[in-house]
Amino acid sequence: MAGTGEGKKEEADYKRLHSFPLIRHTDMPEEMRVETMELCVTACEKFATNNESAAKMIKESMDKKFGSSWHVVIGEGFGFEVTHEVKNLLYMFFGGSLAVCVWKCS
Amino acid sequence: IPLGFCLELKEEITRILTANNPHAPQNIVRFSFKERSFKPISVVDQMTVHFVLESTLLHQDSDEARRLRIKEGLSEGKHIPTFQEPKLTNQFNFSERERHCQTEPPPRSSFSATANQVLDIIYDALLEELQKQEQNKEKQKATTQKKEDEKSKKKIMLLRRSDDITKVRSNFKYFEDASDEFREQEEPSKSLSVTALCWNDKYNDIFAVGMGSYDFSKQGSGMLIIYSLKNSAFPEYYYSTTSGILCLDIHKQHSYLVAVGFYDGCVAVYNLKRERAEPVYKSNANTGKHTDPVWQVRWQNDDMDNNRNFYSVSSDGRVVSWTLVKNELVFTDIITLTVWHFLYTACGTSLDFHKHIEYLFLVGTEEGKIHKCSKTYSSQFLDTYDAHSMPVDAVKWNHFHPKVFISCSSDWTVKIWDHTVSTPMFTFDLSSAVADVAWSPYSSTVFAAVTTDGRVHVFDLSVNKYEAICKQPVVAKKKTKLTHIEFNPLHPIIIVGDDRGYVTSLKLSPNLRKKPKGKKGQELPKGPEVEVAKMEKLLSLLREPEHITF
Repeated sequence: MAGTGEGKKEEADYKRLHSFPLIRHTDMPEEMRVETMELCVTACEKFATNNESAAKMIKESMDKKFGSSWHVVIGEGFGFEVTHEVKNLLYMFFGGSLAVCVWKCS
Repeated sequence: IPLGFCLELKEEITRILTANNPHAPQNIVRFSFKERSFKPISVVDQMTVHFVLESTLLHQDSDEARRLRIKEGLSEGKHIPTFQEPKLTNQFNFSERERHCQTEPPPRSSFSATANQVLDIIYDALLEELQKQEQNKEKQKATTQKKEDEKSKKKIMLLRRSDDITKVRSNFKYFEDASDEFREQEEPSKSLSVTALCWNDKYNDIFAVGMGSYDFSKQGSGMLIIYSLKNSAFPEYYYSTTSGILCLDIHKQHSYLVAVGFYDGCVAVYNLKRERAEPVYKSNANTGKHTDPVWQVRWQNDDMDNNRNFYSVSSDGRVVSWTLVKNELVFTDIITLTVWHFLYTACGTSLDFHKHIEYLFLVGTEEGKIHKCSKTYSSQFLDTYDAHSMPVDAVKWNHFHPKVFISCSSDWTVKIWDHTVSTPMFTFDLSSAVADVAWSPYSSTVFAAVTTDGRVHVFDLSVNKYEAICKQPVVAKKKTKLTHIEFNPLHPIIIVGDDRGYVTSLKLSPNLRKKPKGKKGQELPKGPEVEVAKMEKLLSLLREPEHITF
């Protein structure tokens, strides 16, 4: 029992340690990708406990920067199927447990 | 039947159908304000509706029409094509214009994925990425090692190449050597010509080259380049300048300071220690810049406040002293080259300071005169020599003998003077315009001159007082003019610049730097005194008999 408990703890540590942002899928150009990723990281860190606010912040910033009709989904577990304008999608993991999907479709 | 009744029946009654409504009123009047009276209105509504029948026509596209057509045996496809003439649009009515402004929507695609904590999708992805990164690191290490290997290989190659060249370079002491044959391949010609050369006194392999143009019509940008003999392929430093350089001088003690004179009349000081493309000091119109090309700059010893200072001479006839104060260049006019009995200023072309007497300096002018001046008298010259019939290209004091200086001119002559005597001691005709002349640093009697026909002439007065002991064309084409020559301060090497932008370094053959041979085992005296005596001996032969002391 104790061994498994330790193992779990280690795993949790490991998860915490490796909570770097990882872009899972994107078709954005380099510059846009970097900017979007930074924005997502900032938003998720700012609203660590409120995914809705984070999503709102991301959406509004993206609308301002890259034109309107952006959609953002942040969550720990969800499945999705979206239609997006090409070169305007980013799907990333962050903080070890969050998935962020940002896309544009008008 | 009563007859009368019958008659009545037979009577014909005529009825005429007219368009007039019998019931319509005929006496409608209205008041006319125009005529101020009631007027009968002639036109009244004459129509009455007696019968209404709806049409049996059908719209050909309607369902009913289709049904009818089927009933009549006409199939649907067969119906007569109708020509729809394009509607003629009113070009002035905006709303009737055709609209073609529909854009294509941006391309879209779909994407779907699942993020799930329970299935550890995120965690797995992160883990995978980490592993990938680690692998990449290892790979990178490997590749960098490879690169380093390649680099070191290249370095070795470079070293080998520079080895070859340094071998050639270091062999200047030896003759009948393979390196005698060494000749670097010439590159295609450049537009700039070498306008100034100067050795670094501290580091004997380094020299500065000024690039510009002597052609009045081809003035453009210039370049200051610092080369080392160790690497002829690429300069140590280079600075491009907006105006062509005409002269430069490296400070004797602080060899990182380079004073430069430009065609546009500016003087500037570059500091090689600073990695800036701009000079650290530069004169401008406010700070007394020359109005004509600057032909010579010469560093001086630091003044009493330990400020660096240098002199410049220009075609505008001014000799100016420049002092490098903290962050500006302060100028002092030393002398203006007025010709005293005419009222015009002479154009200075060259300048040299006496090696020992600090205040004494010589200025060569475009008129062919050489003025001996003092820093302390700004109003007049100490002496004037009618030296040449063409502009004086260079004037230089002897390194050893305190009285002797040399001058050269485009009038094909090189003259050697005793500054106490107003006529030249020696005159040499080189049968071509002489662009530059330089005393050797190792012997008081050796000097070299370059001519515009591409030859270097080396003289040793102690060997031959009348002719050059060496006359060598050093550039391939006869058309190339040599512009400058400088002796290395330590080694028997000369550098020669030409008007196609090449600097050629040449080693002097042993006979050109031969020390006088003594008897076997006998050490010959050396030193400046010997050199002075050697020159003095030569001069004494030429002086007027009354000067000769018996």
